[in-house]
Amino acid sequence: MESGKRTFVRTLVAVVVVVVATFSAGAFAQAPPVKIGLLATLEGPFAAGGQDGMRGAELAVRQRNGVVAGRKIEIIKASSDAKPDVAVNATRKLVEQDKVDIMVGPLSGSEGIAVKEYSKTHPNITFINGSSGAQATTLVDPSTNFFRFNTDGGQWMVGVGKAALDKGYKRVMIIAEDYAFPYSQVQGFMTEYCKLGGKVPVKAWVPLGGKDYASVIARIPKDVDALVVVLGGADAVNFLNQYEQTGGDKPMVGGSITVSQDILNYKGKRRESLVGTIAGAPIADAYDAPEWKAFVADYKKNFPDGYPSPSLFALVYYLNMKATLDGLDAVKGDLSDGQKKYRAALTKMVLKSPVGDIKLDANRQAIGTTFVTEVVKDAQGNLYNRVLKKIDNVNQTLGVPPSEFKVGSRDEPNCP
Amino acid sequence: MSAANWRRAMNVQNPRPAARNSPAPAREARVRRFTFENPVRARHVIVLAFLLAYPWFATPFFTYQIGAQTLALGLIALSLTFLGGYGGMISLAQMTVAGIAGYMVAIFGAAATDGVTLGWPWWLAVLLGIVIATLAATFIGWLSVRTEGIYTIMITLAIGVAFYYLVLQNYTVFNGFQGEQKVFPPTFAGLYWRDATPFYYLTLFWALAGYLFVVYLVRTPFGIALQGIRDNPRRMHALGFNVTAHRVAAYAVAGTIAAVGGVLFTWYNGLVTPGSVGTHWLINILIIAVLGGMRHPVGPFLGAIVFVLLQTFAIDVIDRERFNLVIGLVFLVIVLFSRDGLLGWWTALSARLSTQRGAATWKAARGRLYAR
Repeated sequence: MESGKRTFVRTLVAVVVVVVATFSAGAFAQAPPVKIGLLATLEGPFAAGGQDGMRGAELAVRQRNGVVAGRKIEIIKASSDAKPDVAVNATRKLVEQDKVDIMVGPLSGSEGIAVKEYSKTHPNITFINGSSGAQATTLVDPSTNFFRFNTDGGQWMVGVGKAALDKGYKRVMIIAEDYAFPYSQVQGFMTEYCKLGGKVPVKAWVPLGGKDYASVIARIPKDVDALVVVLGGADAVNFLNQYEQTGGDKPMVGGSITVSQDILNYKGKRRESLVGTIAGAPIADAYDAPEWKAFVADYKKNFPDGYPSPSLFALVYYLNMKATLDGLDAVKGDLSDGQKKYRAALTKMVLKSPVGDIKLDANRQAIGTTFVTEVVKDAQGNLYNRVLKKIDNVNQTLGVPPSEFKVGSRDEPNCP
Repeated sequence: MSAANWRRAMNVQNPRPAARNSPAPAREARVRRFTFENPVRARHVIVLAFLLAYPWFATPFFTYQIGAQTLALGLIALSLTFLGGYGGMISLAQMTVAGIAGYMVAIFGAAATDGVTLGWPWWLAVLLGIVIATLAATFIGWLSVRTEGIYTIMITLAIGVAFYYLVLQNYTVFNGFQGEQKVFPPTFAGLYWRDATPFYYLTLFWALAGYLFVVYLVRTPFGIALQGIRDNPRRMHALGFNVTAHRVAAYAVAGTIAAVGGVLFTWYNGLVTPGSVGTHWLINILIIAVLGGMRHPVGPFLGAIVFVLLQTFAIDVIDRERFNLVIGLVFLVIVLFSRDGLLGWWTALSARLSTQRGAATWKAARGRLYAR
């Protein structure tokens, strides 16, 4: 009896100590380094992409040996699952509990819109995008302390419409996930494609994280020349497998994350049939500029367990984290006065990146380079993206005057 | 667990008087005596004082994300505890009911959406939301009361998933995947209720109201009859009670509680999307209820504390993609080592402490508490 009682009391004491230690470490730690919150999806359909995004961000930190302007960089990570409410909860924890100075993230389109809204409640913290690419994030009701150093989903598809017509695809069916980012991608494609005379008789919007594409595959009309597949992560792999099993043979046009490295490396049979797929993206594996080659080499050296070539998420997280750190360097680590100087430095920064210079527009949205790519196979059997065309200085309204530009949605644009 | 064991486990709802008195006094007598005895104990006062003072020493983050979220989720799980613990019916559709309330508040009130939003005054929207969600809960109850055990779980799960796909695929009203954004609490009486402290007190008020309501309700003739139906529906039927009506009424009551919790949770998130009513959340509510313990209305709130703390801080304990493992392990340990979640541990603990003074060994006391 006695010994049982003593053990019990000891256990109780131990539990209390652990709890107190955990909380005091979380709530009261005040350290001199710059604290940067890093949010990506380590769960859900984009788990693989989120992991690679984290690698890209880490690479930018490692390139500075974890120090900027004499201040140590402390990264605090958080995870979401591509749902906006989860992303906001994770961001709120980083900002209000961990007291980060700068916030980098999130990964997915709808998350980006929600985090942008949240950023308005903390005007003294600077929010920098992760890899979310919905147009509305910076185009509709922008937030003065939310910066995006990557081009958005619409910008990424510039040039693909023309490339598709050049390949002889006069009628296409669109299969895309049903949320903000694919709307932007489809708009980027269709704006050009429709103007040049292409037709899109059917659009199929599928839920994010969907597993069964049988009903969509059944709806594919016989008379379309190609499928425009704007699916990401696990969704893309599931679709490709099922399309293969039903004997589908239409050529494909990919969205920016449909043919990213995390998809090109999946092990299914349909993988072979991806060869020849054209797509638009802010990244091209086989881009031959020396800055890009140096970036790829650095990625491979730092992350032997990573992909053969950095994915879109790795690049875009890298861009945003690099901008974060370059900005800190420009103001010598000075984040005083509600980070005003820091934000001014970010606003006028021209980011030197592996994919060319990136500058911001009035909404703090990137203007940058887009690549039209084609999937090819190298001697080792790895798939990679060959550059068909490089288009510089793509702006957010795709060359259309801002007053006439409409944000992409399920029904906009339309050319059946 | 066999049905008989389940009923026995559920049967013990207030272990203390049971430990003190000779076993199995007539339930009716205990209820009548209760009105004369002061039910407030020291621990009630301490907990209430702590809850009231909480925002004054906690950071806004702890007040809002931990405190308010716990209370709102606890309130939704309370509806399941009431149904399951006192009615013997496990419904997985409680989050659906909460979600219906949230969607209705967005549709009748103000929201940023391409679907329908009517922009009516917030009090009207909230009232309509709760009424419609209660009606929906009654309908769910009416559909599922004729089933028992696992079939109730299946049918309510089916309803929950059906609602998930409805809001996911309907664009004209529910705005599909994007759902209803910017569903915020109103500015009322000079306070913006989305601020951490006012919102905390708002959730605290309704959580306490829900808790006390359930504590009261299970001692009314209706509550007693409901527990009778849980333990032996055929006998209650033979005694002249309308079993189906009692069960449907229980669903309606639980629906109202879930609806209030749903409105608060929607306001907490500032949005309601199909993700808020997906299977993930349907099951989370069950986890919270089971984790806390289903024998007393305080259980779901205890479960919600553990759930929210884990969801928020597990990533700090272990790095990157392994943190879900911690969450799973803690849940497993609690459920594995306690017959009734955290409440079971509390029972064992209080039995242990109370028998230090007495002669009986605590094991015997615990046995008595469980088995009666």
